[in-house]
Amino acid sequence: MELKLITANLGKINPSSIDDYLAHGGYRALQRVCDATETVSFTHDLKAAGLVGRGGAAFSTGLKREMAIRAEPTHPYPAPEWIPERYRYSSSFVVCNADESEPGTFKDRLLLEGDPFCIIEAMTITAFLACATVGFIYLRGEYPLAYERLTHALRVARERGYLGKRILRDDFAFDIEIRRGAGAYICGEETALFESIEGKRGEPRAKPPFPTDKGLFQRPTIINNVETFANIPFITLEGAQAYRRYGTKQSPGTRIVCVSGAAQKPGAYEIEMGTPLRYVIEELAGGLKPERTLQAILIGGAAGVFLKPDEIDVPLAFESLDAIGATFGSGAIVVLDDTAKMWGVLLRLARFFRNESCGKCLPCQIGTQRQLEILERMTQGRSRKLEQTDISPEELRLLRDTGAVMRDASLCGLGQTASNAILSAFDKKLIL
Amino acid sequence: MLRHPKKKHRQYLYQGDPLAAPPPPELETILERHRGRDDALITVLEEIQNHYGYLPQRQLQYTARELGLPLSRVYGVATFYNLFHFTAPGRYMVRVCRGTACHVNGSRQIIHALKDKLAINEDESTPDGLFSLQTVACMGACSLAPVLVVNDNTYGRMSPESAVDEMEKLKRENAILDAEVRA
Repeated sequence: MELKLITANLGKINPSSIDDYLAHGGYRALQRVCDATETVSFTHDLKAAGLVGRGGAAFSTGLKREMAIRAEPTHPYPAPEWIPERYRYSSSFVVCNADESEPGTFKDRLLLEGDPFCIIEAMTITAFLACATVGFIYLRGEYPLAYERLTHALRVARERGYLGKRILRDDFAFDIEIRRGAGAYICGEETALFESIEGKRGEPRAKPPFPTDKGLFQRPTIINNVETFANIPFITLEGAQAYRRYGTKQSPGTRIVCVSGAAQKPGAYEIEMGTPLRYVIEELAGGLKPERTLQAILIGGAAGVFLKPDEIDVPLAFESLDAIGATFGSGAIVVLDDTAKMWGVLLRLARFFRNESCGKCLPCQIGTQRQLEILERMTQGRSRKLEQTDISPEELRLLRDTGAVMRDASLCGLGQTASNAILSAFDKKLIL
Repeated sequence: MLRHPKKKHRQYLYQGDPLAAPPPPELETILERHRGRDDALITVLEEIQNHYGYLPQRQLQYTARELGLPLSRVYGVATFYNLFHFTAPGRYMVRVCRGTACHVNGSRQIIHALKDKLAINEDESTPDGLFSLQTVACMGACSLAPVLVVNDNTYGRMSPESAVDEMEKLKRENAILDAEVRA
């Protein structure tokens, strides 16, 4: 069912007015954290709430925070010279990943444009618990309106004393900087994002060490997606029990899904976890245009998986999607009706990964190129509507091998998932 | 005895360090805030591009010197990110989204129509300097697919015909603006 837990304020409050935000319960969560006598319970609560990252990797947010808080400070005083002076004395960092570049995803943009103070509050809460004094929002360069609203929100929050020195108590200082991305899909990967903030090429680092140990400027860093942060004020205020009331047992809470493609009413909808895909497409997104039939559904963005029309009844929760070999990914749902040409979509996906591979590790750099070449050979000189039997088995084996090598040997998620959607289309016999 | 004809030497005149002069004032104001901070490189490049419309070579050389970085690092970063250009773009930067949702809704036909209309290819500019054409992976406006972005304005639910119409409109708008400037 549609359930407005974190998008409740969207469209209701004026995104540039902090008074409006305060009137709708804003900064109550931060007040609660700052007044508390001990802070461990908040992290325990977050863990107990079972919130997992909404960016795609679905890692437990509470565990991430706990690991970052426990991490050994890597650079004790005196702080190293190579870290820019203004960041040298923050023992850890809080980073908001707003580099939403996954094709078919636009939930973060809506959250940042509609309720920027909520994200700022969530980052401030996290910073207080992790003893960070500097935070970053890494915003996609293609979102000028979100940039404008966030810049304004940060200025207002600073004026009102919700950012800067002495936030709600004497011993808490925190400030947020916005960094704008310059158009690179790979910078949505957390370590590539750190490189980009540090002013380098956005190439991912080898893991481990994980960001919670050595992240931005080699300091422990908590990096979360915008939607993950949007959940934090609610959990802080209401506690784990209240949060677990929503969703399924293994995937509590809500999720914003972005329906696009051939649906009548494409858009972002916040749903309770476990809502069937059919309900989302047919009720919320208004179904297909008249006299069209469903051909396939791409779930999870370019790195996601194709679903067959008969899999439309799957409940949208992490465990049930896992069970059919799919992934929730970034929450993108692209609906393809019978007018869409599958070969064209696959070529488009392959070309996207070829273009966006950063070129640091070879499996991905060469694999994405070869993947595109194999697909181009398969389609060459034939009509797009070719028979199943026309796909040569050698080529298909080569494509699978390439995919397997990329999945096993690539440095980061881009290469590891670059073949997912394409191979799933062959596996599910969606190519005709 | 045969004398060799005298070899002609080209005159290479050393004209001094091309960067000896201080950076132009507009660049100075951008660099001033970030001098010596190599983490600000991307921000600086963005500000330079906002000012000049693209990244001029000389400005990049100044940037490298003033931030204390090798020029190779500056170029490495500038060529990595898609939003940076090294040649002057047209007045209207037309970007066509090629994300999955836009593709399904026919963005391929739009890019073909625009290529025909403007008689240029992707990443090229019209000779009159009015339009540049680019494709992007996803603009994050998938509910409006297919999407066309001109400078910072988003045009949703386009068709090949309406995209061509928009180009006509922009051309007329530009002619009016030019007339106003002349007047």
